[in-house]
Amino acid sequence: MSTATQTRNCVDEFAAQFEQFEKNDAIARSWFHPVRKAALANFVETGFPTTKHEDWRFTNIKEATSTDWTVASEDAKSIEKNALSPFCIGEVAATLVFVDGRFSTELSSTNELTEGVVVSRLADAMESDAKKLEQYLGQVLAQKGNVFALLNTAFVQDGAYVFAPKNAVQKTSIHVVYVSTTNDRPTVSHPRTLIVAEENAQVTVVESFVGLESANSLTNSVTEIVSGDGANVFHHKIVQESPKAYHFGTIGAWLGRDSRSTSTNVCFDGLLTRNNVEAYLKGEGGCCTFNGLSMLRDEQLVDNHLRIEHVAPHCESWQYFKGIYDSASHGVFAGRIFVHDDAQKTDAKQTNQSLLLSDKALVDSKPQLEIFADDVKCTHGATIGQIDEEAVFYLRARGLSDTAARNLLVHAFANETLNEITVEPLHERLEAIVLERLPKS
Amino acid sequence: MALLEIRNLHAHVEGNEILRGINLTVNAGEVHSIMGPNGSGKSTLAQVLAGKEAYEITEGEVIYDGKDLLDMEPDERACEGVFLAFQYPVEIPGVTTNYFLKAAVNAKRKHNGQDELDAVDFLELVKEKAALVELDSKLLNRAVNEGFSGGEKKRNEIFQMSVLDPKLAILDETDSGLDIDALKTVAHGVNSLRGPERGMIVVTHYQRLLEYIVPDFVHVLLDGRIAKSGGKELALELEAKGYAWVNETPETAAAAS
Repeated sequence: MSTATQTRNCVDEFAAQFEQFEKNDAIARSWFHPVRKAALANFVETGFPTTKHEDWRFTNIKEATSTDWTVASEDAKSIEKNALSPFCIGEVAATLVFVDGRFSTELSSTNELTEGVVVSRLADAMESDAKKLEQYLGQVLAQKGNVFALLNTAFVQDGAYVFAPKNAVQKTSIHVVYVSTTNDRPTVSHPRTLIVAEENAQVTVVESFVGLESANSLTNSVTEIVSGDGANVFHHKIVQESPKAYHFGTIGAWLGRDSRSTSTNVCFDGLLTRNNVEAYLKGEGGCCTFNGLSMLRDEQLVDNHLRIEHVAPHCESWQYFKGIYDSASHGVFAGRIFVHDDAQKTDAKQTNQSLLLSDKALVDSKPQLEIFADDVKCTHGATIGQIDEEAVFYLRARGLSDTAARNLLVHAFANETLNEITVEPLHERLEAIVLERLPKS
Repeated sequence: MALLEIRNLHAHVEGNEILRGINLTVNAGEVHSIMGPNGSGKSTLAQVLAGKEAYEITEGEVIYDGKDLLDMEPDERACEGVFLAFQYPVEIPGVTTNYFLKAAVNAKRKHNGQDELDAVDFLELVKEKAALVELDSKLLNRAVNEGFSGGEKKRNEIFQMSVLDPKLAILDETDSGLDIDALKTVAHGVNSLRGPERGMIVVTHYQRLLEYIVPDFVHVLLDGRIAKSGGKELALELEAKGYAWVNETPETAAAAS
C-alpha cells in the first residue's frame, strides 16, 4: 500500500503545482483554461499507474513519479549554439528550439516557408490563432486514461505549432528541438507540438528530444498530428535524452480521407522512455505508417505502446518496430490494431522485431489485433532473437572479421527502419550514431 | 606444390562422424567434381573447408597453399583466397550487395597489404563482373539476396566469386534449384573463371551441371569417404548406373584405404 500512497502524494504535488499555475492571470483568462482544468481533474482522479495496470506491467515508473519535479524559470537558459550541432539535420525551413521547455529566441530561426505555412510558438498561436487551435488542441487524443497526456494538457505552456493550409506543399523540413539541460533540481517540461495539414497539404516535421550531459529531466511531451483529406504528413521523432532522463511522449494522429501520415520513432538513449501512439483513421482510403527503432544499452528501457484505430473502411496501417538491446537494457512493445465494425477492407500489419546482443537484455512484446469488421486483412507478429550465426558465417566466408560481420548485421537491422526516413541528412546522422555504437573491429 | 591437400580428414557434428577420412589433392588449374547421394558428406566437406565452426575436426589435416588451413579463421581463409559459393545463400535485409561486397573486397585487400578500393574503382569492377553472370546491376543496390529468385541468388554467388577472385573456389550445389537457362548462365560464369592459377571444387548431386562445367576429375563421396575417383566420364557412368553401383565395384576398398 505504501506504493499507492507515494504515487498519490506525487499526484497531490502536481495538483498543488496547478493551483499555483492558474494564479497566473494569462493562464486563467485563456480559452484553454477549462480544457486544462478538466484534464487535471481527470489526472487526479486516475493517478499514476503502477505495474499492476496491464498497460504498465513491464514498465515501472515509481522512481519517476516519486521525484520532486520543478518547472524551469520563464526565461530560457542560455546554451552554446554548438552544443546543438550534433543534432542538426541539414537544410531546414525553420528551427524552433526549447530549452527545458522554454522557447529560445537566440537558437531558433525561420528561413523560407511555403506561402501560407505557419511555424510558430504554440504559446503565441494559442493567443493569436485561438479560433483555429480550439478545433485541434487537445482534440486529437482520446486522453482518458493517458495520465501523461492529461498532465501535459493541464500544464502545457509552449511548444511548436505547424500549420500548412490547403494545397500548400512544404518540402524542406521543420525542425523542433526540445533540449533538456542539467539543473540543480530535477526539471520537468510539458512541451507540445501541434501539426495541422489541411486538404492536400504536405509537411515534414522532425522533433528532436535531446538531453545535454546528464540532464536529470522528465520530458512529458504530446504531439498532435492532424492530416486532412488528401494531406501528407511526414513526422520523425528522435529521442536522445540523457542517460538519467525520463521521457513520456504521446503522439496522436488523426487522418482524414485519402490522407497519408508517416511517423518514425527513433530512440537512442534516456533512462526510461515511454512512447504512446494513438492513431485514428477517420476517412476512407487513409494510410498511416509508424516505424520505430530503439538502440539501447546499460539499464535503459524503452516502451512503445501503439493503438491504431481503423474507424473508416479501405484504410491501411503499417507498424514496424525494431529494437537492438545491449547490456541489461529492456524493451517493451504493445501494439493494438483496433478495427471498428464499419472499417471493411482494412489492410493492416504490425511487426515487432527485437535483436538481443546480450544475455541480460530483456524484451516483452505484445502485438494485438481487435477486429469487429468481417472483411479485412490484418496480420501481426513479433520476433525476438540473437544475431543469425548462419549470416555471420556467410559474411566471414567472404572475408569480413567476426566483429565486422556482426556489426554489419546489426547495422543492416537498424537500416531497415532508417531507410524509411526521407530526410537524408537525418538518416545519415542516425546511421552514423548506430555505427558509432558498434564495437570497433 | 599442390594448391590443396586434404589428408585423412575426419569431422564430427554433434557427435556424429560425417567425414571419415577424406583424401584429396587439388592442383592449381584443375576442376574437381565431388558427387554423391544425399547425406554422403559433400556439403560438410565444402563447409569444413570454408571454416564453419559447427564441425569438429577429429583427425587429419588440410594444407592450402603451403599453410595449415584448419588453423585459420573463416575470414582469414577468405582473405587468403578460399571462396565458398553457398548452397543456400543467406538473405541480409538492410544492406545492399554493393555495400557488403565492398567491405569484403577491402578486407581482402587490407589483408594482402593493398590499398582499399575507392567507390569509383569498385563500381567499375562490379559492373564488369555483373555482366559476366548477366546479373542486373540494379540487384546490387538491393538488400543482399532479399527477395531474389533461386537463380538470382546463385548468380549473385558466382558474381561475388568473380569479384573476390579466389585461388580456390568451392561451389556447393550451385546447380540446385536452377532451371536450364539459369544453369547455363551460372556455368558460363564459372567457366570464365577457370584458369591456370585457380583450383575449383564443384560439389553436385546431379551430373547435369557437369555437362556445362566439364571437370578434370570426378570423385564419388559415399558415407564420408571418397569411394571412387576418375575422369569426367565417371560422371556419365554414375548417371547411367546410380550411386549404388559404386559400392559394388572392387575399387572401393582401395580408394578408402
